[in-house]
Amino acid sequence: MEYIIETKNISKHYDDFVAVNRVNLKVPKNSVYGVLGPNGAGKTTLISMLCTILRPTQGLATVNGYDIVKNPKEVRKSIGIVFQSRSLDDILTGREHLEMHASLYGVPKGLRESRLEEILDLIALGKKADEYVKTYSGGMKRRLEIGRGLIHHPQVLFLDEPTLGLDPQTRESIWEYIQKLNQEEKVTVLMTTHYMEEADKLCDEVAIMNQGQIITADSPRNLKRELKADTITVKVDHPEKFQEKAQELDFIQEMFVVGGGDETEIKLMVERGENLIAEIVKFCNQNQIFVFSIELEHPNLEDVFLKYTGRTITEGG
Amino acid sequence: MAELEGIYTIWLRENKRFIRYRSRILTSVVTPLLWLLIFGTGLGSAIRFGGGPGGYQAFIFPGIIGQTVLFTAVFSGVSVIIDRQYGFLKEILVAPISRPSIVFGKALGISTTALIQGLILLLLSFVVGITMTPLMFIMSTVVILLISLGLAGLGLLIASFTDSMEGFNLILSFIVLPIFLLSGALFPVTNLPTWLQVAVYLDPLTYGVDALRAIILNSSVLPLYVNVAVVGLFAVAMVLLSALVFSRREQSLM
Repeated sequence: MEYIIETKNISKHYDDFVAVNRVNLKVPKNSVYGVLGPNGAGKTTLISMLCTILRPTQGLATVNGYDIVKNPKEVRKSIGIVFQSRSLDDILTGREHLEMHASLYGVPKGLRESRLEEILDLIALGKKADEYVKTYSGGMKRRLEIGRGLIHHPQVLFLDEPTLGLDPQTRESIWEYIQKLNQEEKVTVLMTTHYMEEADKLCDEVAIMNQGQIITADSPRNLKRELKADTITVKVDHPEKFQEKAQELDFIQEMFVVGGGDETEIKLMVERGENLIAEIVKFCNQNQIFVFSIELEHPNLEDVFLKYTGRTITEGG
Repeated sequence: MAELEGIYTIWLRENKRFIRYRSRILTSVVTPLLWLLIFGTGLGSAIRFGGGPGGYQAFIFPGIIGQTVLFTAVFSGVSVIIDRQYGFLKEILVAPISRPSIVFGKALGISTTALIQGLILLLLSFVVGITMTPLMFIMSTVVILLISLGLAGLGLLIASFTDSMEGFNLILSFIVLPIFLLSGALFPVTNLPTWLQVAVYLDPLTYGVDALRAIILNSSVLPLYVNVAVVGLFAVAMVLLSALVFSRREQSLM
């Protein structure tokens, strides 16, 4: 397999704080690769180092074959970046943003016009392309930023939380768009996200990141298969008692408690969960525990995350 | 070539921004006119002015041009802080062009906008009874360009050490106003107490205003070439220094 991004023990320290801790990443060419983790996991720091915005404290990384510390200029020419935070100028038009980017990235003059049309077509801004960006909707701004990152035909497109803060409909259209790009333009996409659904739907491979470290990396399908487990979520009136008594139930592979107070949920990893619901309810009755609700789910990435970190992704931090 | 194109691109954006904020162009002409017409007439009537030909209004005319250039150049330079807050600076800084090119493009763009304002004021010189000749016009243009480059460089330098616009008032009180007041824009710098005289000659704008007086009023404290040399050196030093600081502090700017 040919890898377009490779890192070797790359780390970033801020005084005593280790934001990224010895990360080894291998991103196959022409894939959509996701780095999944809660806020503060170090995803943006990792991506910033690969984009040459931040210098690593330790370790090596190459992007498109160029060392990110020794050849930052070559790396920059090979990549397109869409930042997590907005990076548009309100008082320029969409078209002007694209023109400006094309000339900063040295797109040959003869090609510029056709590239511009190509991108405008792709991001479907329509007549808005010639209006000031301050009149754009959130989705249009995001599409413009993605289009801008593509105008110099990069080998790798970095997307830092591409759908953060967008409504579900816009999110879906951005997803379709990213898939189309990857397939039609032969661009490798490296994206960070803390949306499980996004990683599951878009990515060929997912690296789960927590507290600066990559915990595991594989295709979403394999990650889920590895769990070999369904999740039963129960809400009861005496969670502590339930936990204590449930130790004797040997069909429970693992047990996690998430949330607190009235919102406390107990998640049980089991095999063939559909056969066990009745048994769990019976067990609760025997122990005078009242069941508020019980729910069965087949594995998703959320559970993968839970298994590896012992908490849900939204608990974060 | 790529670098030149990068400089041009950044220059172009600066000018587009300037032209699109119409209120900025309007205030940049109205404010100096208020100074000339109200302050100039008011103080001019109250004192017997012996500091130069054409009376007090004509005397402060080059000073007010200097003031306009000062405010525009420094504050446009400082506006990099806003670019940074809006994330647009990042987009420019990750482009494959050198940091000095970014600074040159920005400084040239700012001085172009400052020059436009300066030229409008030069065209309005008849208001204070001064007749401009084409030669005066061209020479003033060169001096304004040099002053604004230096001050834009200063603004960029300040911006690279400032995180938020909260420092704006500090910059106004401790940098911009002293530069303006000490430049001799509003009073002759001869016959001042020694402590003030020293401060006046430490102010780079003093030489710019004096150069403009030499050109427009044909009356100055220092010879024109000395003034132009100082202003030119200041411009080179400031632009190079901010280019250096931008390269060094690249990481913390993004």
